[in-house]
Amino acid sequence: MSVALETRDLTIRFGGHTAVDRVSCSFRPGELVAIVGPNGAGKTTYFNLISGQLRASSGAVLLDGVDITNTSAPERARRGVGRAFQLTNLFPNLTVAENVRLAVQAAAGVHYDMLRPWTERRDLIERADAVLKDVALTAKRGHAAAALPHGDQRKLEVALMMALDPRVYMFDEPTAGMSVDEAPVVLDLIARLKRDTEKIVLLVEHKMDVVRALADRIIVLVNGACVADGAPAEVIASPIVQEAYLGMAPKGAAA
Amino acid sequence: MMILSGGAPRGRILTAVLVTIVVLLALAPFLFPGSKPLNVAAKVCVYALLVASYDLLIGFTGIVSFAHTMFFGIGSYGVAIALYGMGAGWLAIFVGVLAALVVAAALALAIGLFSLRVQTIFFAMVTLAVASAFAVLASQLSWLTGGEDGRTFQIPAVLRPGYKLLEQPLFGVDVNGRILAYYLLFLTVVALFLVMLRIVQSPFGRVLQAIRENPFRAEALGFRIIGHRTLANVLAALFAALAGALNALWLRYAGPDTSLSFSIMLDILVMVVIGGMGTLYGAIVGAAVFVLAQNYLQTLMGVAFGALNAAGVPFIAGFFNPDRWLLWLGALFILSVYFFPAGIVGKLRAESQP
Ligand SMILES: Nc1ncnc2c1ncn2[C@@H]1O[C@H](COP(=O)(O)OP(=O)(O)O)[C@@H](O)[C@H]1O
Ligand SMILES: [Mg+2]
Repeated sequence: MSVALETRDLTIRFGGHTAVDRVSCSFRPGELVAIVGPNGAGKTTYFNLISGQLRASSGAVLLDGVDITNTSAPERARRGVGRAFQLTNLFPNLTVAENVRLAVQAAAGVHYDMLRPWTERRDLIERADAVLKDVALTAKRGHAAAALPHGDQRKLEVALMMALDPRVYMFDEPTAGMSVDEAPVVLDLIARLKRDTEKIVLLVEHKMDVVRALADRIIVLVNGACVADGAPAEVIASPIVQEAYLGMAPKGAAA
Repeated sequence: MMILSGGAPRGRILTAVLVTIVVLLALAPFLFPGSKPLNVAAKVCVYALLVASYDLLIGFTGIVSFAHTMFFGIGSYGVAIALYGMGAGWLAIFVGVLAALVVAAALALAIGLFSLRVQTIFFAMVTLAVASAFAVLASQLSWLTGGEDGRTFQIPAVLRPGYKLLEQPLFGVDVNGRILAYYLLFLTVVALFLVMLRIVQSPFGRVLQAIRENPFRAEALGFRIIGHRTLANVLAALFAALAGALNALWLRYAGPDTSLSFSIMLDILVMVVIGGMGTLYGAIVGAAVFVLAQNYLQTLMGVAFGALNAAGVPFIAGFFNPDRWLLWLGALFILSVYFFPAGIVGKLRAESQP
C-alpha cells in the first residue's frame, strides 16, 4: 500500500528548545495511528507542523508525495488535512448548527458564493444536520457555541472536523475532560472512521485502554523525538516506553 | 421573505420599528411637506446605506476601518466632477458613478492586500493615515475638486424643483422634480440595502462571520482570510461610494464638509453602535435616531429652554440652552451604549427571545 502522509526529519525549535526533533514517520490510508507521550512531549506541536499552524525549522511534510512543508494552513486544509484542536477552538457567538454548517461549506469548497442565500443550499444544511446527529448535538443546534458545557464544546470541536471530512483526521485528545457517558459518542465516531480504508486517522490520547482498542500502530514521542513506532503490543511492552512514558503515567491515568 | 434573502429582522417589536421607519421614509414627501423634512428624510436614507456598508466591515467581518468616509467622498466627488465637467446629463451621472466605483474598488483592494494581514489596530491606523492623506489631496487638487469650496453642479432637469411632474397637486403637495429625486434616492437605497442583506445571508457572508469570530479556526477549515477580508473591504467601499454619489446628487454639491470630513466618520461610528453592529438593520435604526436627533434635538431643546425660562427656573433652563445640543447628543450616546450594549436592534431582538 502506498504512503499518503509522511514527515521527514520534521523539526521545530522555539529559541533553544527543540519541541519536535527530527521526526520521520509515514502513514498509510486506512491506518489509525495513536501518538502518545508525556505532557510537553511535542504531540500537539507535531500536529501543528502537519496541519500548518506552525512552520517547520527543518525537515518536510509530504502528502501523496507532494511537499506541503511551506504551504499555509488553509491550503493544507483544502488538500485534505483536517484538525480537531486540543484546546477547543470554535466560532463562539455562532450557533452549534452554524458552526457545523461552516465546516460543511468549507468541505464543499463554497467560499465566495454571495449571490444566493445560504438557506438555498439544502445539500449543505442536510449534511450539517447529519453530522450534528452523529455527535448527538441535534437538540442543542440553536445554542451559541460559547454557551455549551465543556463536554458539548469538545463534541462540537470534533464535529467540525467530521463535517470537513478530510483525508487525514487529526484528533488531539478528543475526549479530554468529557464525562464517561460523553466520551463513547466520540470514540464510536473514531472507530467508524477506522473502517474507511481511504482515511488516515492520527489520534493523540492518554487513556491506554482507548489506544489499545483503536490503534493499528503506536508512535511514542519523548522530548520531541520519536522513540518508538510499531504495533501496539510491541510498543507498549518495549522497555523504552515502559520507562519513558508508561512509567510516568500509569495505565488508565487520565491527563 | 424571499426579498429579504432569509434574513428577516427577527422579533416583533423590531419588525414594527423597521416597518414604521421605512413607511415614514416612503411617504415622507406627503406626510411632512417642506424642504427641511425632505432633506432630513434623504439624509436618513443616505446614512442608512452608508452605515450598513460600514457594518459589513465592522459588524460582520470584524475589520475596523477609518477610511470609510474616504469612499463616501470618492462617490460624492465622482458625480460632482463628472456633472460639473460634462454638464447636467444622465450620461455624466453614469460616468461619474462608474469612475468612482473603479477608484474606490482599486483603493480598497490596495489597502486590503497591503495591510489586512496585519493586526486590527494596525490596520485601523493605516486606514486613518490613508484617509487623512486623501482629504488633504482632495483639498489641494482644487482645479479638479474645487478645493475647500467644493463643487456645486446641476442635475438633469427632471430632478430639479422647478420641474412639474403632475399638473394637479397630489394630496395637497406639488409633485415636482425634487420629489422625483427623493424617490429615486429612496428606491436606490432600498435596492442596495437588499443586495447587502443578500450578501450577508449568503455562504460568503457566513465565512465573513466565521473570520470575525475566530480567524484561526476559519483558516483551519480552509478559508483564506486575506481573500475574504479584502473582498469585504472592496464591497463595503463600493456601497459607501454609491451612498456618496447619492448624497452629492441630492445636495447638488460635493465638498470636504459634506463628504470627506472626519466628523462624518465619527457619525458613522456612533450610528453603527447605537443601531447595533453585525445586524445590518441596525444601520436603519441608528441612522434614523441619529439624523433626527441631529436635526430636531436643537429645536426641541429650544422649546424646553423657552418654557423653563418662562416658568422662572433659569438655572435648569440653562441645561437646555440649544447651544448645548451636542452635549445632550453625547449623553444620549453614552446612555444608549450603557443600556443597549448590543445596540437598539440587539436589544429588541433579545426582548423577543422566548
Ligand atoms: N508556540 C510555542 N512557543 C514556544 N514553545 C512552545 C510553543 N508551542 C509549544 N511549545 C513547547 O513545546 C513543547 C511541546 O509542547 P506540546 O506540543 O504542546 O506538547 P504535548 O502536546 O505533547 O503535551 C512544550 O515544552 C511547549 O512548552
Ligand atoms: Mg498537547
